[in-house]
Amino acid sequence: MLPDAGGEDEDKWLAEGIAGLQHNAFYMHRALDSNNLRDALKYSAQMLSELRTSRLSPHKYYELYMRGFDELRKLEMFFKEETRRGCSVIDLYELVQHAGNILPRLYLLCTVGSVCIKSKEVPAKDILKDLVEMCRGIQHPVRGLFLRSYLCQISRDKLPDIGSEYEGDGDSFIDAVEFVLQNFTEMNKLWVRMQHQGPIREKERRDKERRELRDLVGKNLHVLSQIDGIDLDMYKDTVLPRVLEQVVNCKDELAQHYLMDCIIQVFPDEYHLQTLETLLGACPQLQPTVDIMTVLSQLMDRLSNYATSSTEILPEFLQVEAFAKLSNAIGKVIDSQPEMPIFGAITLYVSLLTFTLRVHPDRLDYVDQVLGACVKKLSGKPKIEDNRATKQIVALLSAPVEKYNDIDTALKLTNYPRIMDHLDNGTKKVMAVVIIQSIMKNNTYISTAEKVEALFELIKGLIKDMDGTQDDELDEEDFKEEQNSVARLIHMLYNDDPDEMLEIIQTVRKHILLGGPKRLSLTVPPLIFSALKLVRRLQVHEGDEVTEDVPATPKKIFQILNQIIEALSSVPSSELSLRLYLQCAEAANDCDLEPVAYEFLTQAFILYEEEVADSKAQVTAIHLIIGTLQRMTVFGVENRDTLTHKATGYSAKLLKKPDQCRAVYACSHLFWVESQDGIKDGERVLLCLKRALRIANAAQQMANVTRGSSGPVTLFVEILNKYLHFFEKGNPQITSSAIQGLIELIMTEMQSDSSPSDPSTDAFFSSTIRYIQFQKQKGGAMGEKYEPIKI
Amino acid sequence: MNYIIGAFKPPCIIKIIFSDSKTRKQASIKKENGQTTMVPLFQSQETISGEVSIEPFHGKKVEHIGVKVELLGQIELYFDRGNFYDFTSLVRELDVPGEIYERKAYPFEFSTVEMPYESYNGVNVRLRYILKVTVSRNYVSNIVEYQEFCVRNYSTPPTINNSIKMEVGIEDCLHIEFEYNKSKYHLKDVIIGKIYFLLVRIKIKNMELEIRRRESTGSGPNTYVETETLAKFELMDGAPVRGESIPIRLFLSPYELTPTYRNINNKYSVKYFLNLVLVDEEDRRYFKQQEITVYRLLE
Repeated sequence: MLPDAGGEDEDKWLAEGIAGLQHNAFYMHRALDSNNLRDALKYSAQMLSELRTSRLSPHKYYELYMRGFDELRKLEMFFKEETRRGCSVIDLYELVQHAGNILPRLYLLCTVGSVCIKSKEVPAKDILKDLVEMCRGIQHPVRGLFLRSYLCQISRDKLPDIGSEYEGDGDSFIDAVEFVLQNFTEMNKLWVRMQHQGPIREKERRDKERRELRDLVGKNLHVLSQIDGIDLDMYKDTVLPRVLEQVVNCKDELAQHYLMDCIIQVFPDEYHLQTLETLLGACPQLQPTVDIMTVLSQLMDRLSNYATSSTEILPEFLQVEAFAKLSNAIGKVIDSQPEMPIFGAITLYVSLLTFTLRVHPDRLDYVDQVLGACVKKLSGKPKIEDNRATKQIVALLSAPVEKYNDIDTALKLTNYPRIMDHLDNGTKKVMAVVIIQSIMKNNTYISTAEKVEALFELIKGLIKDMDGTQDDELDEEDFKEEQNSVARLIHMLYNDDPDEMLEIIQTVRKHILLGGPKRLSLTVPPLIFSALKLVRRLQVHEGDEVTEDVPATPKKIFQILNQIIEALSSVPSSELSLRLYLQCAEAANDCDLEPVAYEFLTQAFILYEEEVADSKAQVTAIHLIIGTLQRMTVFGVENRDTLTHKATGYSAKLLKKPDQCRAVYACSHLFWVESQDGIKDGERVLLCLKRALRIANAAQQMANVTRGSSGPVTLFVEILNKYLHFFEKGNPQITSSAIQGLIELIMTEMQSDSSPSDPSTDAFFSSTIRYIQFQKQKGGAMGEKYEPIKI
Repeated sequence: MNYIIGAFKPPCIIKIIFSDSKTRKQASIKKENGQTTMVPLFQSQETISGEVSIEPFHGKKVEHIGVKVELLGQIELYFDRGNFYDFTSLVRELDVPGEIYERKAYPFEFSTVEMPYESYNGVNVRLRYILKVTVSRNYVSNIVEYQEFCVRNYSTPPTINNSIKMEVGIEDCLHIEFEYNKSKYHLKDVIIGKIYFLLVRIKIKNMELEIRRRESTGSGPNTYVETETLAKFELMDGAPVRGESIPIRLFLSPYELTPTYRNINNKYSVKYFLNLVLVDEEDRRYFKQQEITVYRLLE
């Protein structure tokens, strides 16, 4: 009786026990040395009496036991010698039974029993039968477990197994099996009984202690698994039913879980496969609290490993209908345990699915069946709140995706989206991300509109707002991350056939346009570019066949694009739309579709006018427009004039003078395109530049007035550079004297400046000058051209 | 001094030698002073023969009015000190009155002596066999010499030897059924048995089997009963549950048992009992006692 024994007390008791044990062991050794059997028996019995203590926890008891164990090895050696000296082993077997205390008596009996078997004077099976029977005398759980574990230990190499030197007449291995089974049964009973001993409040501690002892029980199963005599039939008819009977009948959660696990781990997979029905039949009979799902998962893991270990085994799986049995069993387990949390049920399905995927990768119908069962279980239940359950569903859904490396296959599973429906919105998104990642990782191209449709059905959590989601809950960054993945996904939707590709684009468009303002700006661009890619592809093939009934013509695509961008611009996301328009315009230009390009540019201008209000944005926009326009070659004179006129007009109307100035000199490029049939209108270039100069001047004066200091001379230097550019390009309107004048102007500006000069401007100017000098010195045509410029 | 002591000392040495003393088996018996000594072992119906030698001390003579040897079977009850009951008494006259000057030997023989009772040395009673040589003298006390010997009688295995089987218990508390394979055991026998636990509602700590000897002496109101526990043999450690069966295997050889003696010469009885004891965690003892018969099997 130890109510609340502290660890300290226990240590003390252990020390006392060890001291007592060693004391008697000393006298025992002396007796052994002098060949005094009587004293040896007396002191060994006294020594073993230390093991009668009830005060130690199993952990400490084990320590004591191990010391006793070591001493018993020496005693065993002595007994062996004693029999060699002529002492009958049978007499010895009787002699040790004279001990009055049962525990020492049985330890000694087991020890002599071991010698007895080795001497082969008595058949091993008789001794073993006697020992395992006599051990019933110890009903104290801990002491009994250790004693029987000792028995198991000394007997494991002496079982009358097939091929063993102790094999007797007839089927003596049956006796070996019988022996181990009986020892196992008794040990398990003791182990289970342990929980009922002592006050209830210490149950937790006892459970812990029991867990520490479980391997003693499990060892029997291990020994059993190593008996060669057990073939499949024997296992099927005797061993497994007996073990399972014990497992089921002990009605103890801890034991059932551990032992089921043990059975699965120690016996060969092949046996499991052939006895699947029996094994699985036991599962629904276990206590409802037993964690069957881990057990079954283990089993399925092992089986699937086994299945993949060799291709020859697979037919066996088919033959025993492993899948059907497992699936059936899982159904039964779930039905028989209505208390089981949804999480558990799903975990089971995950394991089954993993099994199916590994064993029958070709049977998509099985996979779908598993998912179907899961749907059935989930149906009628509200959306899952449990965190773990959600995780398991994610695992369930990820498994096929990962396995097939190919979302294509997953898309064929009809139950797949139905399970997704049971997820909450957050998880749906997570799942969608998983799917997308899988696609990205494996570079899977989704090649039909139909699949795209299915896919978007799966990831709809990302595509559009779900009912009841509060947008503000979302972290901005996460949101962008998600949408980025969608954007990446769009690029994975691809088909070589332009018509199908167009279909895909249409489908995607349909979905993403539902996305709402926040998403559009992130998802539209990839779609646009994807479409543009198609356009470019068509452009390459253009010459080959131009039939009217082909739906995928650039024109048509541009129409769609226009609609998409329009949708985007109404979001409003004007700057982005504007850029996209310009992109499209460029593409149209490349396709030689003047009206389309014109239309796009017009749209761009309209957007500029109506939507782009911010001055900075305007600057950027106008520069973009100018840049695009500059590259356009498709326009006729009239259209071109209109557009360039517009562009220059807007440039001059920018809010800030420097911005105006820069935009205007940029416009100069619109009139001088360095290509074969590009426009080269020197006059208008000069006009632009002069206008820029004027604006720069005005800016300079304004700066003088307002701040009393010089304005940005930089503008002049920049304009000078433009002059030089066109001068070199051979624009006749740009003369060396004009440049000369400009240089002088700048120099005066810089010198006359009372204010401190801007170092970067200085540097810019001086390097410009250096460039001119360099060109002059270089000589040749260019040198000559530069000659007149004096510095 | 020597002279004075010499005056009270017997003038001769008397020796009793059994004729087959070299070959005869011996047994140890306990003397009054607690020491054990080895004496010849006989059984009933044996012939006890030997030689009595009388050797006077040098230069002395022994005058006597007759020499005799007696074979006595005595029962001595300790509470009735000094009272011997001779249940057997045989006499052989060895010499007619006369004088002995030198060593003289007298052969004797008691043929097929009836010795129905075994030698026994108990708590309150002793049964012993002695040879008593008496040199009778006039005026001075007789010279007497004793030689004890041991008697053991053997029996054949009983023809009927039923097992002992019994169900006992305390209502709603403890029900057990136990079984001993026999009711009659010989001295080197082994008790095999089983205890079935049919109902266990008490917290049992352990269970043991005791061998108890009950010696009752005297009769009527003067009966003295003495019980000794000769063996305590632990059968079980810990608390069993319903349905357990615990094996019994108890070797009798290590214990100093005698056969069961029933009403020896109407003076005493020695009986043996097996006492099954269950001890609970509060050290309460529950027990059930069963008599067994012990007999001596011819080896």
